Amino acid sequence: MLAAGDDVRLIAGGQTLVPLMAMRLARPKRLIDIARIAELAFVRGEPDAVVIGATTKQCILERDPLIRGQVPLLAKVMPFVGHAPIRARGTIGGSLANADPAAEIALAAIILDATVVYRDGDKEVEIRAFDFLTGPMMTVLSPSSCLTCVRFPIWREARMGVGFHEVSARRSDFAFASAGAQIALDENSACRRLALGVGAVTSVPLRLDTLARTLEGREGYAFEGGAAEQSKLRDAVAAAIAEIEPLSDLHASADYRRRAATTLLMRAIADAYRAAKGRATRAH
Amino acid sequence: MRIELSVNGTAHPLEVEPRMSLLDCLRERLLLTGAHAGCEHGVCGACTVLVDGVPIRSCLMFAVQADGYAITTIEGIAPGPGELSPVQDAFCETHGLQCGYCTPAMVLTAHALLAGNPAPTRAEIVEAISGNICRCTGYAQIVEAIALAAERMRGLNQPAPAP
Repeated sequence: MLAAGDDVRLIAGGQTLVPLMAMRLARPKRLIDIARIAELAFVRGEPDAVVIGATTKQCILERDPLIRGQVPLLAKVMPFVGHAPIRARGTIGGSLANADPAAEIALAAIILDATVVYRDGDKEVEIRAFDFLTGPMMTVLSPSSCLTCVRFPIWREARMGVGFHEVSARRSDFAFASAGAQIALDENSACRRLALGVGAVTSVPLRLDTLARTLEGREGYAFEGGAAEQSKLRDAVAAAIAEIEPLSDLHASADYRRRAATTLLMRAIADAYRAAKGRATRAH
Repeated sequence: MRIELSVNGTAHPLEVEPRMSLLDCLRERLLLTGAHAGCEHGVCGACTVLVDGVPIRSCLMFAVQADGYAITTIEGIAPGPGELSPVQDAFCETHGLQCGYCTPAMVLTAHALLAGNPAPTRAEIVEAISGNICRCTGYAQIVEAIALAAERMRGLNQPAPAP
């Protein structure tokens, strides 16, 4: 049916498409409801990843024990995705396919280097979230393709922690800026591995790899030290953010977004570090 | 399209156009006008109903998508004719409403919250109703109502028996 074209749209949770239809911004001739296809709604553990079916509801991501345990950054961002009634219907695939620059799920996918799997006719494609999201509200999906699942890589380090912060006009409204961090520490609390990103700042959530490589290997005091260490850390974060050309709109100027992203990222790193440090050096 | 909507415990076989929202279906076909049409694009929360006990926006769901789920509207909340649920009662008592437009949705959301969490903190109450917009009372008495209902439903602070 999809391949036949003729202005067909897929609908799952409908939490973005239906408002667009209500405002007559989208007027598809036909809708195909995939919300009840059981094969598309699952959370499955694999040796190196947690695979989540496209129509898995957002409220499930929030409380699923496998996701909370293995992909804590995804669980952490979920309370910020819309309100509870939205998450009760909205799906992970719907959020990714919608590709809002402020979407928290997309930010988690970018930070963790998740991959997105979609089907287009007989062809199945697995693509990095980084390549999947091509611009604001834009993805590589053609009108005839259907997102089927998302694969989040698992970090196996025992001492792993995550942090996420965002600023918006109201709780659960679209973020003006958001930032997430996932850190793994060695037994001496030095940073072994770090993944960082900011959302709502640029047209697609942005992973800050250069900054992460700069901070990897640093000792614990670099993250929890006094004013001098904090100011050094802030300088590194601010330098990375300074290279970004942020979005600018009525609600938040580019300069505001830069400052907010810097502060939010500092907080996200601090939370992630604290959470990781609180964990035992060896898994029980 | 032929569907069967289970609303407040009653099955309703219906023939509906696929484009009809659950909200319009409840209001126009089943004459259950307690679900209110506010913004009609999922922002205000006035159209909230419970689907399998979970609050959802009935303006963002098509009636055909609700086929087979257990739907609860404000009309199905009271224990009997002329009676009020503990939440409705608490809203009256604390004056948790003025114009009443957001009230059915607030009450349903409160019922869903208390069903899973009999002793919510103030923060949890605020979080639960954060998707429901009220433009009259400013939420203080709504939060108070839900806290009072929670207390009552836990069996505390019952109204004094009639002499």
